[in-house]
Amino acid sequence: MEVFRYSQARTVEGAVRSGGAAGSSFIAGGTTLVDLMKLNVLQPRALVDINGLALDRVEPLPNGGLRIGAMVRNSDLANDATVRQKYAVLSEALLSGASPQLRNMATTGGNLLQKTRCYYFRDTNYACNKRQPGSGCSALDGFNRIHAVLGGSDHCIATHASDMAVAMMALEATVHTQGPKGERAIALDEFYLVPGDTPERENVLLPGELITHVTLPALASGTRSRYLKLRDRAQYEFALASSAVVVNVSGGRIERARIAFGGVGTKPWRSREAEHALEGQETSEEVFRRAAEAAMADAKPLKYNAFKIELAKRALVRTLKETTQAA
Amino acid sequence: MSTSIIGAPITRIDGSLKVTGAALYAVDHPMDDIAFGVPVASTVGNARIVNIETSIAQRMPGVLAILHHGNTEQLFRPAEQLEPSSRAGEVRPPFEDDKVYYYGQYVALVVANTFEQAQDAASHVKVDYEAHPNVVEIAAAQAPEGPPRIHYSRGSAGEAFESAPVKIDETYEIPTETHNPMEMHATIAKWDGDKVTLYESTQGVVNHQHVMSEMLGIPLDQVQVIATFIGSGFGGKLFPWPHSLLAAMGAKRVKRPVKVQVPRSLMFTTVGHRPLTQQRMRMGATRDGKLVSIQHDVLQPTSLVDTYVEQCTGVTTMLYSCDNVAAKQTLVPMNIGTPTPMRGPGIVPGLFPLESAMDELAIKLNLDPLELRLKNYAEQDESYNPARPFSSKRLRECYQTGAERFGWSKRTAQVGSMKRGDEVLGWGMGTATWHAGRGTATVRVRLNADGTARASCATQDIGTGTYTIFAQVVSEKTGIPIDKIEVVLGDTSLPDGPTSGGSTVTATVLPAVTQATQGAIDRVIAAAQTLPSSPFKRVSAGGDPPTLKMTAGRIHAADQPPESGMPFQEVLAQKRLAALEAESRTAPDPAEAHKFSAHSFGAQFLEVAWDPGIARLRVTRGVTVIDAGKIINHRTGRNQILGAVVMGIGMGLFEETIYDPRNAKPLNNNFADYLVGTNADIPELDCIFVEYPDLHVNEYGARGIGEIGLAGVAPALTMAVYHATGVRVRKLPVRIEELMAGQRTMTA
Repeated sequence: MEVFRYSQARTVEGAVRSGGAAGSSFIAGGTTLVDLMKLNVLQPRALVDINGLALDRVEPLPNGGLRIGAMVRNSDLANDATVRQKYAVLSEALLSGASPQLRNMATTGGNLLQKTRCYYFRDTNYACNKRQPGSGCSALDGFNRIHAVLGGSDHCIATHASDMAVAMMALEATVHTQGPKGERAIALDEFYLVPGDTPERENVLLPGELITHVTLPALASGTRSRYLKLRDRAQYEFALASSAVVVNVSGGRIERARIAFGGVGTKPWRSREAEHALEGQETSEEVFRRAAEAAMADAKPLKYNAFKIELAKRALVRTLKETTQAA
Repeated sequence: MSTSIIGAPITRIDGSLKVTGAALYAVDHPMDDIAFGVPVASTVGNARIVNIETSIAQRMPGVLAILHHGNTEQLFRPAEQLEPSSRAGEVRPPFEDDKVYYYGQYVALVVANTFEQAQDAASHVKVDYEAHPNVVEIAAAQAPEGPPRIHYSRGSAGEAFESAPVKIDETYEIPTETHNPMEMHATIAKWDGDKVTLYESTQGVVNHQHVMSEMLGIPLDQVQVIATFIGSGFGGKLFPWPHSLLAAMGAKRVKRPVKVQVPRSLMFTTVGHRPLTQQRMRMGATRDGKLVSIQHDVLQPTSLVDTYVEQCTGVTTMLYSCDNVAAKQTLVPMNIGTPTPMRGPGIVPGLFPLESAMDELAIKLNLDPLELRLKNYAEQDESYNPARPFSSKRLRECYQTGAERFGWSKRTAQVGSMKRGDEVLGWGMGTATWHAGRGTATVRVRLNADGTARASCATQDIGTGTYTIFAQVVSEKTGIPIDKIEVVLGDTSLPDGPTSGGSTVTATVLPAVTQATQGAIDRVIAAAQTLPSSPFKRVSAGGDPPTLKMTAGRIHAADQPPESGMPFQEVLAQKRLAALEAESRTAPDPAEAHKFSAHSFGAQFLEVAWDPGIARLRVTRGVTVIDAGKIINHRTGRNQILGAVVMGIGMGLFEETIYDPRNAKPLNNNFADYLVGTNADIPELDCIFVEYPDLHVNEYGARGIGEIGLAGVAPALTMAVYHATGVRVRKLPVRIEELMAGQRTMTA
């Protein structure tokens, strides 16, 4: 770990001012940042602590949606009564991630920005374009069992690690920020970037731009949702494949479906292909399977991770079955 | 006082110290003026060090010294081949020369005022290597080195196999597995003149003392090793590793105590591991299921700096009755650290192919796997010539008890035939065994005038409950309550005690504690008989002095109730003695040891639930029945067995150290990426002891139980997996992708 300056922000404006300086980084729960600082993977020159900002509330919106402060802890969000009742997929995703201790620290804003678990990103002795642009990718011909089959490039195949973001992708969440140029609202689907030839850029945030809150739209009555995470062990492991489903069924037909995957993409992976394959169709295993095939049509297997493609399909089929069965 | 305290589920006498944080582990020992050592480890697997650039690090705040091969005195190699009581984890001392043999090898040590300063400076030491290609995969390795390390043969296994009507010929593989005790390896070294004290996390303070004396080149009496509490070891802490020498060298250089804690990442490189084993198992049988031939061939990597043989084939020579058995083990040196025993060494990895092949044979023969085992039950240990009787063997009862408890008779043999909702159940079973060893121990017991007692021995408690069984024996013999008995362990200044390994400590120390306690009682009795106003004279007025004994803490005439006598502390008070103590050294009788083969046995039954739609496998039930003679403490004993089963589930489903062939790095060198079972992976587990005291081993009839609970789990698990999925996993761990590949025809 390198020496760094530390300051506490008292206002959002102050945070944005301090956070905009070169080499600065915001720190919230610290569950990713401190870990990577210890490994010398991230070496910020200054940390701006945003734990004192009053961004820790979950509030209903007049339009029936939900506003989630960036500093709401993962455990609090997962156990929020409204989230559990209306946005089950989000609660399930949060509770499937990390461990209770980590969830007690990790925040909503921080979770959206968490870093990949790629072995090669986390070790400064390896070439890694995400950590050191232009140095190469050690995962391409390395042990890539945990790596992405969707959204990868010749420069990076690291998966995005978040479960929460996958659920929020299926919920069509919006990220609200405040930056040097004022406030912005960014659809989550447009928030993340695929690696292309700039894997060091993971999202559209500008220097000093701070996530202040996330909003979820209202869901039509009767909407059902579910998150299923598949992995080697039962707890405390990142997804090999996960599926988030938000679906409305009427008269045996799927009216609306929002589908996202975790563990398989270089970003939380929304699948419009699967949604198109489902909407207007009858609920049947054949339809679900067709949607799963559509979702994974562009998947590119590597030496060790081909099984993830089939695993993700099965996760989707199972979550669709569970959310479309008669209640 | 009844003898019920032996065997009772007594809570650990050190439990409250542990849960309150008062127990001092190696790095916890308070020390004035301590400095911190952080090693610099190699980032390549095979190289020559061209240059170590320390100029930047040297000038960083708080840095006291940077040690490496270019600026340190040569240490010595251990005398382990010549001196039977010493063994090092790795015979090459750190900084011996400019060679790098494996990734993670120590190439320098930074000593600084604080841990953070040392770590920061260590990251600024730049090492230039002349790198050579690594070999970390057995397929890429050279031809096996030299002749086989182990060669065993009885009968004509090759011929018998050729002519056998039913045959199995399969190769099984267990990957490299890494010990991951909660407490990482650590040392505090403190020099006082030419004497060094090492606070060490070790399973054997006495062995550690010997090795350090040899490698530092100083007399034995100038080395003291202390391990008051150990956060477990699983075999990884049996023998000293180089960090202990680093701490001693660093402390000598900076003339201050130095603390070195091995970080979790280097726990995967520099302190041993269970080596990968490739094991070919050939088995021949008659059509009615009688084994006629077993051939077991093992290929195993070792390091380039030391030789370690994982003795997998021993169990094959004794577990089943078979006239023709051959075994062979061969080593392949590779660019990895030196392997070392891991819980159940040899037998645990050896049983996986043996028990798996038995299941595959049972399927071929259309026999119940349990029935096949009973058909080939070994009444004697046939590995000896002539065969030796077992000191005590109740394996048949273990099978029967386990089968009844588990409900084995309800098993339907056909793959995928047992269902529960969406899930398919799989049932498997395995045989467990572990040899019953016993060594030498010296114990001192002191009875104090304040009514308390103290037992001491250099042996250590690695978390298994050794402190508690010492107190149990003293309490049982004297009647002094457990909470008035102090047990002092883990210090070479105490009478010599055994290494905590091979499930031998309990069997080894019980006789010594018993004899020393009796010795101390005898001295109090002698004192009582010479009291000027002895109450015992009255009892025996006119006759011979009565025979005295000690019960419930009181000295009394043997033919009178305890209440008639007096508390032992009153005897001491009247004699104006602070205490009376006795020391006793006990060793196994070699003549007895050669008459019998002493082993513990067990049967393990597991259920898995397989959800084919999402390729999810979970262990849902487990029953273990153990025949280990008398169980001294049912609470800590059960804890040993259940903990081992948990480890076995990890071995079967999760554990694998994955090396990067490009630089020999263990990629998953942390607790997030190296998977072991979490609470959510472990179902309710059942443990039953069939208790037949084995009096050939010691007077309580107790054999060890540290390893055996792990022995049959992995083969039982893969057998259950086969029963549920139809996929035979011969290469551990069981992986989702392998199960999915096996079910291509199934739909979600």
